[in-house]
Amino acid sequence: MTQTIDSGNTRTDSHGKVHETVHNADHEIEKATLVAQTSEGGQELRPRSELSAKELMREVGAVLRISESEAAALGAVDNVVPGTTGDAEDQTMIINMGPQHPSTHGVLRLMLELQGETVLRCKPIIGYLHTGMEKTGEELTFMQGGTNVTRMDYVSPLNNELVFSMATEKLLGIDQDIPERAVWMRMLLSEMNRMSSHLLFMATNGMDLGAVSMMLYGWREREEVLRFFQKVTGLRMNHNFIRPGGLAADLPAGWRDDVLRLLEMIPPRLEEYDILMTGQPIWRDRLQGVGVITAQEALALGATGPILRSTGTPWDLRRDMPYLRYEDVEFDVIVGTYGDCFDRFAIRLNEIRESMRIVRQILDKMPSGDYRIQNKKVTPPPRARIDESMEALIHHFKIFTEGFKVPEGEVYVAIESPRGEIGCYIASDGSAKPYRMHVRGPSFVNLQCLPHMMRNCLVADAVAIISSVDPVLGEVDR
Amino acid sequence: MLAIDSLVTKLGIATVLIVLLKMLIVFAVGLVVTMFMVWFERKIVAGMQNRTGPNKAGPFGLLQTLADGMKLIFKEGLMPDRADSTVFRLAPYLAFVPAFLVWTVIPLGGDFANGKDGSIKIFGHRTFVQLADPPVGVLLLLALSGIAVYGIMLAGWSSGSKYPLLGSVRASAQMVSYEAALGLSIASVLLISGTLSTHGIVTGQSSISKWSVIATGVVPFVIFMIAGTAELNRPPFDLVEAEQELVGGFNTEYSAFSFALFFLAEFMNTVTMSGVIVTLFFGGPQPITIHIGSFDYGGWLPFGPLSGTVWFIAKVLVFLYVYVWLRGTLPRLRYDQLMNLGWKVLIPASLGWFLLLAAQRVASDNDWNKWWVSGISLVVLALCAGLLMTAVRVSAKNREREGAMF
Repeated sequence: MTQTIDSGNTRTDSHGKVHETVHNADHEIEKATLVAQTSEGGQELRPRSELSAKELMREVGAVLRISESEAAALGAVDNVVPGTTGDAEDQTMIINMGPQHPSTHGVLRLMLELQGETVLRCKPIIGYLHTGMEKTGEELTFMQGGTNVTRMDYVSPLNNELVFSMATEKLLGIDQDIPERAVWMRMLLSEMNRMSSHLLFMATNGMDLGAVSMMLYGWREREEVLRFFQKVTGLRMNHNFIRPGGLAADLPAGWRDDVLRLLEMIPPRLEEYDILMTGQPIWRDRLQGVGVITAQEALALGATGPILRSTGTPWDLRRDMPYLRYEDVEFDVIVGTYGDCFDRFAIRLNEIRESMRIVRQILDKMPSGDYRIQNKKVTPPPRARIDESMEALIHHFKIFTEGFKVPEGEVYVAIESPRGEIGCYIASDGSAKPYRMHVRGPSFVNLQCLPHMMRNCLVADAVAIISSVDPVLGEVDR
Repeated sequence: MLAIDSLVTKLGIATVLIVLLKMLIVFAVGLVVTMFMVWFERKIVAGMQNRTGPNKAGPFGLLQTLADGMKLIFKEGLMPDRADSTVFRLAPYLAFVPAFLVWTVIPLGGDFANGKDGSIKIFGHRTFVQLADPPVGVLLLLALSGIAVYGIMLAGWSSGSKYPLLGSVRASAQMVSYEAALGLSIASVLLISGTLSTHGIVTGQSSISKWSVIATGVVPFVIFMIAGTAELNRPPFDLVEAEQELVGGFNTEYSAFSFALFFLAEFMNTVTMSGVIVTLFFGGPQPITIHIGSFDYGGWLPFGPLSGTVWFIAKVLVFLYVYVWLRGTLPRLRYDQLMNLGWKVLIPASLGWFLLLAAQRVASDNDWNKWWVSGISLVVLALCAGLLMTAVRVSAKNREREGAMF
């Protein structure tokens, strides 16, 4: 790397050799600063023997988000591992898990301090999938923003689009004027997406614990849901279907039959999952009591979604801060008791059932009407009008090239994605592009719980815990 | 000279030729069967998982393993810088050769119909359809499976890498502890059969009621089956190569031909383990005979001298299917759960059952009252089980009181 840059210098530099060495020296210093600031080395987990007790304590305390005195009270951290003599042979081993590892769900990297097979400390290292999507969002118009956000949590794209659209609509002040049908369609898609996302979790969770067949069953059912999405939106993922002002198109003919078919097909499959996993003694042994987190800790770490609910805290934005028409449908918020991996698995399994219950009610209540707001500002004219009217053509052209202007202001909207609270913060300076866009990714926040849940577990448990957090790295790194 | 037939008293050129022929056949059959096993497993698991499985190379994808093998042979073998090169190269053979050698002592066929002794006639010589029938037969099996542990352990250790090291640590602990349960359940069979020779064990199981699985009372078979699965590192006991935890486990750093050797050894072990189960518990190539009232079936099949082999294959297939089935169904155990199962359940259970059988044996030899002996042994066993459970509970409580290790 250095060599390439240096040779580049030689070619562009016309002031002779002396200058060049100065350049190189400058470069070295610059590089050293950069390394100090951003080096992966800085992210690495150092072995216990190289850390002072105080540093170690701070590290553990920081992970727990508790004061140092409280961390000290835990009494579990010492320079020499208790129960050993402190000899060289008892030294702990730092092992690097990921970013290329079969069960780190993409490119998550964990540094684990192991003693034998026991995980003493864990440090998640993220950023391997960072593509600057929030920054990109500032360069795209509100019209185009959907294509960007849908790629963040690629397992539940429709929820990303939904939260972005809702934030934009709130800025525009049209959030109360969205047609009823559009609102119910959004709910339908959001719930179907929750199903597909949780089905994928079933697959990966099974896979991570060695139940390989489960992986294929989970994918199979998810595929059925995606097939429905394909029929509705034209794409299996990254739909950009929910847009500011409504949706891209109406539901296709025969959608009701497709949904009914899914509702008929999935429950017996879920019962098969129960046989294969829930009731399976090995499965229970592997998950129960593993990766326990208390309600207090989960709240302190900002965890949401199934992780928080597994601790018995009934926090679900659909119920607690209703959006769309969630107050008009009946559903239960599933909570756990022990805050362990099994609770998180069971919560997701039952949330699929709850989602189906909601979808059934949506089928009954789906109103007729327009699928997008008839507001000339945000809605492009219908295709037929373009052939008749010059103004419509110009309007259509302008709305797609320049986008629509959004009044100044800032807004934060949060909804319940399958992984927890997904929030979209947009600050607008009155132009057609967001001045600043930030997404609160639930996976990113939930990932903070990993070091805590992993303390003193085994390597095999570590895999189960990563799996039960169900992170989507696209959303973590954005 | 283990390979010399016990039926042959005089060493002649014909005998040597027969032995050589048998070696060739066993070697070829071993390779082909392994190839078939890989295909079988992939196809069955695919069926269980709503997939098609291999279907491109050859009819029904039968040649897929051959294609994969060829590819692996022509690939470049990589060795990590920090690997111990000698041991690293040696390890795959330590795993592969024992897997092959087990084949030599398994009776692969023979004419057992209507109570015959299983010998067949080729070129005017009577011989058994098994490469060797050493008097130490079953001990050889145990010894070979013991050596196979070295292959895996050394492979992980010599890789000079952390994941394989964890894998090999798991391997040595797991295989060593399960070998104890394996050996104890075999001991029950030996107690019934009274011989170590595999041929002798098979000959003794001439009807279903005499099959060791029934004669030893099913428990040793169940223990053997579980311990055998652990010994093979197959799911749900495949912690040694737990893909989701240790990437590839002990063979993470292996590539090309040396990887192929591990791969082949693993599948060959599966087949041989099924063969061993059939030999020890299900009468090997003995036919299934049925006598119900006037209906009398002596186990005759229209395959002439190959009938025994057909019976053997049929029985082995059942167990191969069971292994694949387990893989398609069960999640993986955790390391400590595996150890608990091995030490706290399987070993005491097999030891207790062995002692029970031994007591019965002594009783029948000395003409003691059978019921009294059974009653007393059951009481003693219950007492021991109680003691063991108390010990386990007390130690668990002590551990809890001392607090977690770290």
